[in-house]
Amino acid sequence: MFNYYLGLALRSLKRNMVLTALMIAAVGVGIGASMTTLTVFRAMDNDPIPQMSRQLFAVQIDNWGPDSKSIVPGDAERFQDQISYIDAVGLMNAKAAHRQAAMYKTGAALTPANPDMVPFQVQIRATYTDFFSMFQTPFMAGSSWSADDDKNHTDVAVITQKLNDKVFGGGNSVGKSINLDGHEFRIVGVLRRWDPTPQFYDLNNDKYGEGAEVYMPFTRAIDGQLASWGNNNCNGDVGQPGWEGHLQSECVWIQFWAELPTAEDVAAYRAFLNNYAADQQRSGRFHWPAHTKIRDVREWLVYQKAVTAEVRILVLVSFSFLLVCLLNAMGLMLAKIMGRAGDIGVRRALGASRRAIFGQCLIEAGVVGLAGGLLGLALTGLGLIGLRSLLSEEVSRLTHFSPADIAIAIVLAVLATTLAGLYPTWRAAQVQPAWQLKAQ
Amino acid sequence: MQFRPIISAMRRNKVGAILIAVQMAITLAILCNALFIIEQRMALSKRPTGVDEANVVVLDNQWVGNPPDLIARQQGDLAALRALPGVLDAFATNTVPLSDSGSTEGISLHPDQKTASATAALYFGDEHAIAALGLKLIAGRNFNSDEITDKLGYNDIKPPSAVIITKGLADKLFPNANAVGQSIYDDFSKGQVPIVGVIDRLQVPWVSAGGWGSTFNDNSFIVPFRFVGPYPNLYVMHVQPGQAAAVIQAAPKKLFDISRARVIGKTRPMTVLRTEIYKNDKGLAVILAVVCAALLAVTAFGIVGLTSYWVAQRRRQIGIRRALGATRNAIIQYFQTENLLIAGAGAAIGVALAVSLNLWMVSAFAMERLNTGYALIGAIVVMLLGQAAVLWPAMKAASIPPALATRAA
Repeated sequence: MFNYYLGLALRSLKRNMVLTALMIAAVGVGIGASMTTLTVFRAMDNDPIPQMSRQLFAVQIDNWGPDSKSIVPGDAERFQDQISYIDAVGLMNAKAAHRQAAMYKTGAALTPANPDMVPFQVQIRATYTDFFSMFQTPFMAGSSWSADDDKNHTDVAVITQKLNDKVFGGGNSVGKSINLDGHEFRIVGVLRRWDPTPQFYDLNNDKYGEGAEVYMPFTRAIDGQLASWGNNNCNGDVGQPGWEGHLQSECVWIQFWAELPTAEDVAAYRAFLNNYAADQQRSGRFHWPAHTKIRDVREWLVYQKAVTAEVRILVLVSFSFLLVCLLNAMGLMLAKIMGRAGDIGVRRALGASRRAIFGQCLIEAGVVGLAGGLLGLALTGLGLIGLRSLLSEEVSRLTHFSPADIAIAIVLAVLATTLAGLYPTWRAAQVQPAWQLKAQ
Repeated sequence: MQFRPIISAMRRNKVGAILIAVQMAITLAILCNALFIIEQRMALSKRPTGVDEANVVVLDNQWVGNPPDLIARQQGDLAALRALPGVLDAFATNTVPLSDSGSTEGISLHPDQKTASATAALYFGDEHAIAALGLKLIAGRNFNSDEITDKLGYNDIKPPSAVIITKGLADKLFPNANAVGQSIYDDFSKGQVPIVGVIDRLQVPWVSAGGWGSTFNDNSFIVPFRFVGPYPNLYVMHVQPGQAAAVIQAAPKKLFDISRARVIGKTRPMTVLRTEIYKNDKGLAVILAVVCAALLAVTAFGIVGLTSYWVAQRRRQIGIRRALGATRNAIIQYFQTENLLIAGAGAAIGVALAVSLNLWMVSAFAMERLNTGYALIGAIVVMLLGQAAVLWPAMKAASIPPALATRAA
């Protein structure tokens, strides 16, 4: 039955090639435009660590109080998105979560042992050992440094595969060392390509960019006075002069993540944070009641607006465009079907039921949708190439088509076109056989 | 022209007419909002920085390690750069406009003020800064060399001995007085600092639409520090017209000759910074323009398709009208008027839709309010589009011979 209807649909589509081509083109450009933007939107809205995103929490502590004069645009809750050094140390010492890590972005000049190579700049993430287990980073060789290394401020480093290839020409480099700003750091692990997009743990810096090339103990970076290369916000008070003054200031420049596997852990950690902030109030550091917050990865991405306004605008515009294209196809389908009223009348008179006519026309719409979807896929490919040349390198990294996107495009095209075909099809089923036969 | 026969004919084709009207309404709503965004982003990307961009080259320099004689090394580098052929002047700083990175400070007029009088971007520079950036001093004077002090990293906190501010900041702080000779208090050092000069313009380093810096785009100030630190510093060079490419080649070579214990990131003219930082804004504008063009084309083809169908459906009636004496023009006019009625209804809905879409975007994306002029222009464009699209099917209708009336049935 289906095959017969399909044959009928194809024959009917062939009969008026211009109208058919117009319909397919309308659906195709609509799908092409909307899938192009949807691909980028989905990449920005991506869950970068799906297996852990409900158990990892970003920590916020209000250390500026309700009278803070800093303007944080659009934040009604008045939270800073990073914490101070004092709080980072306080939370690390308390060890109240299953796992936890303070971290910040910094950098240094790396001088290769090979005298033929010139020194170059590397981005460093200073953090704690739990960073690797919490975020499940894949190791190609070696492992993370130990908790003792954190405690002893050891000169150790984890490097990426890319840096390993560049400096050592690949291979297992565990035990070798790299020279950062004149200090030797022993390599304890090499990470395989690990590129969570968006870079959820530090959305202030390089949201969609490549992350650090070198990881080192936070405690060691502080000893080396490695200043933050990321956002540093001081609420108008930079504190006392010097590195120690900076550490004791209320400037916020550190990200803090905690792993809380169960709902009880989450509740307990919330209580712990409030106690911590209340202690700060008692000791006279905060002059306001505890104001703290934890958000899991998904909530954090929404709060930090991982999807940019530009992409939201483009998605909105392109889906409105798709709507116009579908209305268009619907009008053309209506014209086409009503032009064939005579045909349908004869078939009804010969015994075809309303349901049969309905089914036949709907399959015709589905075929148009499928053809439009395929055209749309090709146009999406072109659209993504266009985006790559038009947008910055950072956004260009998000223009890659996944198999899921292909499925979405085809399903969306067939479904939307069939939906648009419902009314014309219903009209076709209403054709009165007697009227049409009489008119002949 | 008689409207009544047109309207009663349309009643029999309600759905088709509604489909076209809704298409035109959505087209109009998208069109004028998109044009508005395009116009805004283009205007944004054309804002001047106050810097002589075509003739200013910026180089990232980072020393390996933290050598103790940083200030002397930096002064040596700058002297060598100034001696390069084609270089007019050079200085070292923390940031430049269009770089999207820098520091902001609150500026107060009294030491005990709770909220700052203005927010401003902070630039470090010595007596060469104004010449090396090609800025225009409009009041007061440049820094004297005895006002310049060393600043070893951001944590080396001390009050500057003087400050030069932009006209934008001067107007904000002292709307009714001459800023030169007045004093300000900055957030960081808390000290009293005399204003010695006012420059016409020096844009803040951030330029994103509605983002950080968008509310104080013209507020900047230069403090007289020789800035060094364990992070990349910028060397800024003002070059003779046409010499940028040569200097970009020569400068890193010269610096490596002095010492190889350094990392030179990028060396590029300010014009490249401008292209890079506004790439997404321009990209958005181009994409929106392409979508708008496609939208107009699809809507036009839709009108052609449906009207052609109506013409085919009414062949006999048209033949009869022609036989009864209607001229070809009358037939064309019939379809044009019909389309005008549909497009008019579509435009009316479209204007309302456009305004509500904009209001939603104002709240969701902190966009600006739509200028109503855009809605009117959009309405006219959409109605003209309808007239153009209907012309071909209408002319086909007019060519239907009157004899048709007598032939069939």
